[in-house]
Amino acid sequence: MSRKILFITTDQQRYDTVGANGGTLSRTPVLDRLAREGIRYERAQPTSVVCMPSRSSMLTGQFPSTHGAWMNGVPLAIDAPSVAETLHDAGYATALIGKAHFEPFMDPFGLYAENSLASLGIATIEQDWFDGRRGVHRGFDYLEFATHGVMGALHYAKWMREEHPEAIRGFYQVVDAEFNVNAAGGGDTNAPQVKYNAVPREWYHTDWVADRTIRWLEEQESDRDWFCWMSFPDPHHPWDPPASEVGRVPWRDVALPENYPTSAGERESLLDQKARHWGLWYDGSLVSNYEAPAKWVPATMTADQVREVNALNAVEVELIDEAIGRVLASIERKGWGDDVDVIFTSDHGELQGDFGLLFKGPYHVDGLMRLPLIWRPAKATAPTPSVVHAPVSLVSLAATFLAIAGQPAPHWVEGAALPIDDADASKRSFESTVTEWDSSIFGVDVHVRTILTHDHLYTEYQPGTVHDGSEGELYVLTDDPLQRANRFDDPAMVGVRAALAERLGDHERRPGERAAPGVLMAPV
Amino acid sequence: MVVLGVVPVASIRHERRIAADADVVWQVVRRPESIPEWFPGIVSCTVEGNLRVITTAIGLEMPEEILANDDASRHFAYRITAPQYSFHLGVIDVIAIAPGDSLCVYSTTAIPDTLAILIAGGTLGALEQIKRIAEASTVPS
Repeated sequence: MSRKILFITTDQQRYDTVGANGGTLSRTPVLDRLAREGIRYERAQPTSVVCMPSRSSMLTGQFPSTHGAWMNGVPLAIDAPSVAETLHDAGYATALIGKAHFEPFMDPFGLYAENSLASLGIATIEQDWFDGRRGVHRGFDYLEFATHGVMGALHYAKWMREEHPEAIRGFYQVVDAEFNVNAAGGGDTNAPQVKYNAVPREWYHTDWVADRTIRWLEEQESDRDWFCWMSFPDPHHPWDPPASEVGRVPWRDVALPENYPTSAGERESLLDQKARHWGLWYDGSLVSNYEAPAKWVPATMTADQVREVNALNAVEVELIDEAIGRVLASIERKGWGDDVDVIFTSDHGELQGDFGLLFKGPYHVDGLMRLPLIWRPAKATAPTPSVVHAPVSLVSLAATFLAIAGQPAPHWVEGAALPIDDADASKRSFESTVTEWDSSIFGVDVHVRTILTHDHLYTEYQPGTVHDGSEGELYVLTDDPLQRANRFDDPAMVGVRAALAERLGDHERRPGERAAPGVLMAPV
Repeated sequence: MVVLGVVPVASIRHERRIAADADVVWQVVRRPESIPEWFPGIVSCTVEGNLRVITTAIGLEMPEEILANDDASRHFAYRITAPQYSFHLGVIDVIAIAPGDSLCVYSTTAIPDTLAILIAGGTLGALEQIKRIAEASTVPS
């Protein structure tokens, strides 16, 4: 018997929402304890700031430009590598419970297994390529899915429709009549994607994911190794947590974020320093991507709306923390308390008022790119608590899972296992991470590459609909942690810029086999 | 105001080169009732006159009106009349390139644009299946 792995992800959760990272709005005692007992990463970056490419990187250990799911709506190839498959082959029981999103949610023809499992009334299905070895889908023996509400074909939505139909209308309607992300406002401030949800807490998807995870864990044999990916859909919008919990964080008492410019003049001045599409989105001249409501104009957002969104986000973070606590307690009850590695992270962040913006898109700054990442190694290994300041990427997760399981990293894994402290990071040259963005939707092409080092955040915009290939952003993190002063065109930064551009070029030229870019099959 | 990035109508075209005579490819698609055979995710349909109702694998029913079905030009056009669509036009053209060599083009134009992306995604699989069927029915000489 070796180490078991509980991999916990949330969706669209910022670094600064966790107490251990200095967050003060939400109380996260369970995550804080894991951080104290294990390794907390100060600079964890996603490979992409949207769900499908980022989650596919977690599963494959590859960058989006390698695994081919380059934007939301592009399915990960069914024969893409999977760390779950490798663990399955090593004898691990494997499960994914909650939000997967390797395949599009919008699926009118029922083409994808993620959507067909629940309609078939089963948690598992044998694919055409199933050979009895790879697990039932992408290497997972057991799958039970949820996403941000009660619409669609996934297990949670089906469960709610069948068991608690009276509670369905309490949820925010995520998309509008045109299948765009809904711009309709709610709550006390008419903020987009906000609603006070009458659903009882125990029926909300956060507790459902924890309940299903506990059930699956309880069914496992005591001496069997397992890899369980518990994936919470929150705190991604809509911000519609159970109304019974909203009083935890009264929005009127919430301070505005440090990076929220309170005057329109200051917001516009900051955005004018950045690449052209920032300001175009802010003032309603550009819809650059699907992930923010197409009919919502950021310039209309009020300070009170920022407060209310952040309050509800904090409530959702607290519910997740408590749900994780319940799962960890069930692990203790099974007698596995010393044998389980726990890794917690999120797929990408959320702007949450930074620069006067909300939601996400091709905006590579900390709000979207600096993530919570905590690794509490199995207590049986007597881990030494540490804080890693070196930049690390979620592309390293697959190799980390394999290292925990004592398995060699296959040739297809692009990221090395996470460092356990700064000395380890230095020894193994964890010096930079890269985040990619490619999108082509609604007549707009955007292509972005960003490299993060200890001192700098450097972004290049490749030619597209609104960029001619000459634009970029360069922030000196040591002087400008909020990334407000773009030094891209500063003559004093020519040398730094050249060095970072060379590193980005190295990323583009990196060796290895790449899958053909997938085809856009749905908006998301 | 024209908002950059919001095109008035989304129009998406996919095509496949097929190693079969154009007439062979056309035989695959010309019968309106044959769509479940070559469009993945459409499990059944009913056809009455120029009205077709398809049912997808998730149980979704979509009514359609057939607008053109021309053997001479190997041209098939239809529109989805479901209320979610303000506008839809689907067009399949089979173009002869040479004996045993043809091009099948499947175009989707729709409002709202999000639905155009969804339908066009499905047409990709349809083209693959049309290609498989047509090439399998062509006996190499």
